[in-house]
Amino acid sequence: MSDLDKFRAETRAWLEENCPPEMRKPVKSDEESCWGGRNWVFTSDDQKIWLERMSAKGWTVPTWDEKYGGAGLTRAEEQILKQEMKRIGARSPLSSFGIWMLGPALLKFGSEEQKLEYLPPIARGEIRWCQGYSEPGSGSDLASLQTKAEDKGDHYLVNGQKVWTSYADKADWIFCLVRTDNSGSKHEGISFLLFDMTTPGVEPKPIKLISGKSPFCETFFTDVKVPKENLVGVEGQGWNIAKYLLTHEREMIGDIGLGRSVSEMAVDYMGLEDGKLPDPILRGEIAQAEVDDWAFKMTMMRMLSEAKAGVSLGAKSSMLKYYGTELNKRKFELLINAAGGDGLEWEGERSNDGHLARTWMRTKGNSIEGGTSEVMLNIISKRILELPGG
Amino acid sequence: MKLLLTEDEVMLQDAAAGFFRDKAPVTELRKLRDTEDATGFSRGLWQDMAEMGFSGILIPEEHGGNDMGYRAMGLVAEEMGKNLSASPFLSTAILAATAIRKGGSAEQQAEWLPKIAGGSTIMALALDEGGKHNPAKTATTATPSGNGFRLNGAKAMVVDGHVADKFIVAARTSGAVGDPDGLSLFLVDPKSKGVSTERTIMADSRNAARIVLDDVEVDGDALIGETGKGGEILDLVLNAGRAALSAELLGSGSQAFENTVEYIKERKQFGRIIGEFQALQHRASHLYSEIEVCRSAVLAALSALDMGLPDAGTYVSMAKAKLGNVARLASVEGIQMHGGVGMTDEFDVGLFAKRIRVAQEMFGDTNYHLEQVAQSKKF
Repeated sequence: MSDLDKFRAETRAWLEENCPPEMRKPVKSDEESCWGGRNWVFTSDDQKIWLERMSAKGWTVPTWDEKYGGAGLTRAEEQILKQEMKRIGARSPLSSFGIWMLGPALLKFGSEEQKLEYLPPIARGEIRWCQGYSEPGSGSDLASLQTKAEDKGDHYLVNGQKVWTSYADKADWIFCLVRTDNSGSKHEGISFLLFDMTTPGVEPKPIKLISGKSPFCETFFTDVKVPKENLVGVEGQGWNIAKYLLTHEREMIGDIGLGRSVSEMAVDYMGLEDGKLPDPILRGEIAQAEVDDWAFKMTMMRMLSEAKAGVSLGAKSSMLKYYGTELNKRKFELLINAAGGDGLEWEGERSNDGHLARTWMRTKGNSIEGGTSEVMLNIISKRILELPGG
Repeated sequence: MKLLLTEDEVMLQDAAAGFFRDKAPVTELRKLRDTEDATGFSRGLWQDMAEMGFSGILIPEEHGGNDMGYRAMGLVAEEMGKNLSASPFLSTAILAATAIRKGGSAEQQAEWLPKIAGGSTIMALALDEGGKHNPAKTATTATPSGNGFRLNGAKAMVVDGHVADKFIVAARTSGAVGDPDGLSLFLVDPKSKGVSTERTIMADSRNAARIVLDDVEVDGDALIGETGKGGEILDLVLNAGRAALSAELLGSGSQAFENTVEYIKERKQFGRIIGEFQALQHRASHLYSEIEVCRSAVLAALSALDMGLPDAGTYVSMAKAKLGNVARLASVEGIQMHGGVGMTDEFDVGLFAKRIRVAQEMFGDTNYHLEQVAQSKKF
């Protein structure tokens, strides 16, 4: 038996033994995921046990080093762990911007002290993080951000406003882009700061969207004192960290799934006449969307294999983000077409509180958040096609 | 399904790229066109392709091929697409080879497959009858006669039909026009009494032919497979052909796109390189994304054929539908972004547009294949 076969057998046995039955059921909504943090209220004992057991194994962040709360698994072992979890339908023990975003940035740009201080609580789900990037005047042009951090000797004094800070009202800490210098080009003078959301002067406020309730907030900073040691990387060079993280984020947003195909859902809504959807033009559009969806999935698979073979995705993540989000918007337009008036109900049990209509509206944001489609096309033009100008 | 090329595949790709760039670049197609070449391709090139092993790519080793499979076939077709290389690769090495390999008797295989692999025989599939591909609408009939059959009907878009040494004719042995069943395949000598062939030069400067069959008598051993079971063989033949055309479209579409990007990096107007204009950048970037997605679709369809997946036909239809649309977009956007020179014969982008349009139409356009997808997914 090879080492990997042995690892698979042990992993399978451990999961069988330790994954509580409740945690083998699919997650139906965001609220059922475990996000952790100081104020987290576990939805069940099983959820708590599952997080504790997995984090004790280092398996909430399997590839991180053991001293940072991980298990030091290789990519191949991580893949096996994922497969074995999928096999029994095991939920992810922890949803976390700390794991998905800050962790990778700290591993690449943070000091050893910062890694030792911040990574283990992320791995254990003790500290919940949010991301402070966009500002009211800095959306697509993120580098124009104006939230100011003044050097006051042993600390920075932060003043300004962030927007689209997901779960800022629930997070314990924030990783935040601030301007420490206004004298050079806009990409210079940006710094990457970490601070506690309970620091005096931090005030998050939820935003209501066209789709209804949302995790998004506006977050205001008034004379917030941030210790100097909370700077990640070099002062004034935070843009490199920001870009690195945005690439990560784009890879995630590109991968939005419906669970079922558009055609299956359309058949549920409309029924079949002589074995065909009754609207022939919509039927053709859905067939085209299914083809594009398949081809896009194959592309995700291909890029993943390339990444595994050591070819960095780089600017191709912008292509995936652009294509995936535009396709997702198109799919929901087709679903609303198929469902008609039933699909536009906004409240009540019949429509599961307007689940389809609200998701349809929410998808409009997919091609805006994490870099608009237009910005993605700019990146492809410059970095892949190497077109001049701009 | 592995969507990365293996080392062997990368080697084949490099070899094919070098081969077609040297021996059959776009200038060769121009020469064939401008000299009104009677064959429409270079027989010397076809011999060289046989020596490279390209003609035997779907033929088993015991019959003189190398049996490298569909992914290899796609890599070769893609390079041919980039160079607009004309050859009987599709008609003979893919369509005819598949028909005889999958449907032919041991005797037919032993007789014809080595000749195809060796490049000494050219064969043409006579299937379509009207402008739009639709095998079920086959009206050509084959009625029993003596110890064989008598064929009557008319065929169109028979690729390489004017130079073929043999036709493979699809004819109806039972059922009514529109019935997908009841078709049979026959080997027909073009010199037989009652066969008339008219070369049709197409928009892409390639060859096809119209063929009339007027009381053409064939022996019983001209039948490929069983009577009335030709549809099953045709499915395999057409899947291979459609996948090859999808790969070719990937090559032509991506090359038209590369030519276009190169051009907008050089052309100046209003004192600026036009590639600086966002109106062009965004269209180019969209096209880039579509072509990347197409690359995966083609590779997945070819892999499905190699793996013999039961729904490989649906994969192929999805790829052909997708490539038809995107290659067309690449060519029409290519002409527009070239501006006035895009309309001149001197620039290659128009030649790409014409070949892409023909390849898109051949064996089912996008709408045809979307219909297949919808039917297979039951909606």
